[in-house]
Amino acid sequence: MTETFYEVMRRQGITRRSFLKYCSLTASALGLGPAFAPTIAEAMETKPRIPVLWLHGLECTCCSESFIRSAHPLAKDVVLSMISLDYDDTIMAAAGHEAEAIIEEIIEKYDGNYILAVEGNPPLDEDGMYCIIGGKPFVEQLKKAAEHCKAIISWGSCASWGCVQAARPNPTRATPVHKVPGLADKPIIKVPGCPPIAEVMTAVITYILTFDRFPQLDRQGRPLMFYSQRIHDKCYRRPHFDAGQFVEQWDDEAARKGYCLYKMGCKGPTTYNACSTVRWNGGLSFPIQAGHGCIGCSEDGFWDKGSFYDRVTDTHQFGIEANADDVGLAAAGTVGAAAAAHLAVTAIKQAQNKGEQDQ
Amino acid sequence: MQREINSGAVYVYEAPVRIWHWANALSITLLAITGYLVANPLPSLSGEASDHFLMGYIRFVHFAAAYIFAVGFLGRIYWAMVGNEHSRQLFKLPVHRLTFWRELLHEVRWYAFLEKEPKKYVGHNPLAHLFMVVIITVGGFCMLLTGFSLYAEQTGLGSWQDSLFGWLIPLVGQSQDVRLWHHWGMWVIVVFVMLHVYVAIREDIVSRQSIISTMISGWRTFKDDRP
Repeated sequence: MTETFYEVMRRQGITRRSFLKYCSLTASALGLGPAFAPTIAEAMETKPRIPVLWLHGLECTCCSESFIRSAHPLAKDVVLSMISLDYDDTIMAAAGHEAEAIIEEIIEKYDGNYILAVEGNPPLDEDGMYCIIGGKPFVEQLKKAAEHCKAIISWGSCASWGCVQAARPNPTRATPVHKVPGLADKPIIKVPGCPPIAEVMTAVITYILTFDRFPQLDRQGRPLMFYSQRIHDKCYRRPHFDAGQFVEQWDDEAARKGYCLYKMGCKGPTTYNACSTVRWNGGLSFPIQAGHGCIGCSEDGFWDKGSFYDRVTDTHQFGIEANADDVGLAAAGTVGAAAAAHLAVTAIKQAQNKGEQDQ
Repeated sequence: MQREINSGAVYVYEAPVRIWHWANALSITLLAITGYLVANPLPSLSGEASDHFLMGYIRFVHFAAAYIFAVGFLGRIYWAMVGNEHSRQLFKLPVHRLTFWRELLHEVRWYAFLEKEPKKYVGHNPLAHLFMVVIITVGGFCMLLTGFSLYAEQTGLGSWQDSLFGWLIPLVGQSQDVRLWHHWGMWVIVVFVMLHVYVAIREDIVSRQSIISTMISGWRTFKDDRP
């Protein structure tokens, strides 16, 4: 088959020392002990690169944008060489018919052995006509590629949950990969986020290549190593939450002091992702550190869960948007008033009855 | 449910049922107050974070009261199996009986001042019975499911709370959805408690049987000998 990762890296001028450094960095990024670094090194030295087809449906390319900014490992030097990224229309040199021909070639040549990475999702209405690639609906391309792949990676919230194009009222019936009817039954790993963290993306690929299997997944098919805890659980502002110290307004003293953004509608307590540990841009910062609450971009249907700036968000199930606290307070007030009125009538009735009895 | 025709006192609520009732009253009150404060925290404190643990204490009270409520709920189910006939009333609703619906209508008319006199009941009247089953039994169960699935988010994957209740979150949608439904449930229970307390006091005064003292002593007494 193709060259091993190690051969490719050496060919690209990476020293063995840098290569070993990369292996231990990856081991720690994956939450593995130092003993696993040699295992990763061995896998890299001996295993042939796995071909990856990276397809794009309805999406904004933020996943790709994130991915190419991975710092450890550096996307440019390592990952694009590690995997044999045979098709990715955003970053590949080929275009047009030549590019599309590659998909057919990979499907034929590596039948049942390639990884299908999906960024975005297919719209199903009008037979998928809302997303045409190379003259055919994306959903057909997706189904065919899925039929012959080994496993599927659902990149980002689009492929995992639906994201913005699937937000209410979802005019094109954009559907996340695992819900596409008639899709071949292949293992799917979801890497949600809008976009997912670069290092999370590359680490997931590294894990799959090194161990030849998916990392452990949670109930919803997300890798446990990055999605088993909430932003809130590892947030550096958590002590302010426990203390009861909150930002009440964007420009108040508490905001300047970096208190908890819970009252500003931060979705950290309901969002499973690694932002508060891995952070962004090479570990530089993440939304909460920059002073803005988490918007919950890696959660299912986050566009439709009410305001990004409310703690008790609106509920849509009652026809209109209703806030539990508003309705609850109104109901309690109404019931209290009704009870008082009822009490008054009861008292009058009782007095009347008593009067009748006395007569 | 059967109507008592003499004024003789009847032992209705056995000790475990009464203890459960008052433990519930306490835990639900604490749960509603702290639950509201978790969703809408008190005004921000200043100073060092290490000087305070306000939100932590509020959440602790919520979880402690929740465990009391949960253990009470389980104990109440056990007592429905071994206790007297009245202890089972919360777990069965005779919707197949026409008399239930007829007497339910009578009770509603009584509250609407359309009946001169209420009927006498040893256990719950049909209207109270319906509300108890829907709000306390079914509603309490829903609050336990949603509450423990949210609690499992912090005890973490692999904890028993997660194994038993963690499946609920993806089923409902996501964490924020479960929080909202749990919050709506709180308001339903708050409104129920308001009605419950008002009606219990009112019935104690104007109905033909004891209400409040029954939940303290266990004995139901009647104010007249008419059927």
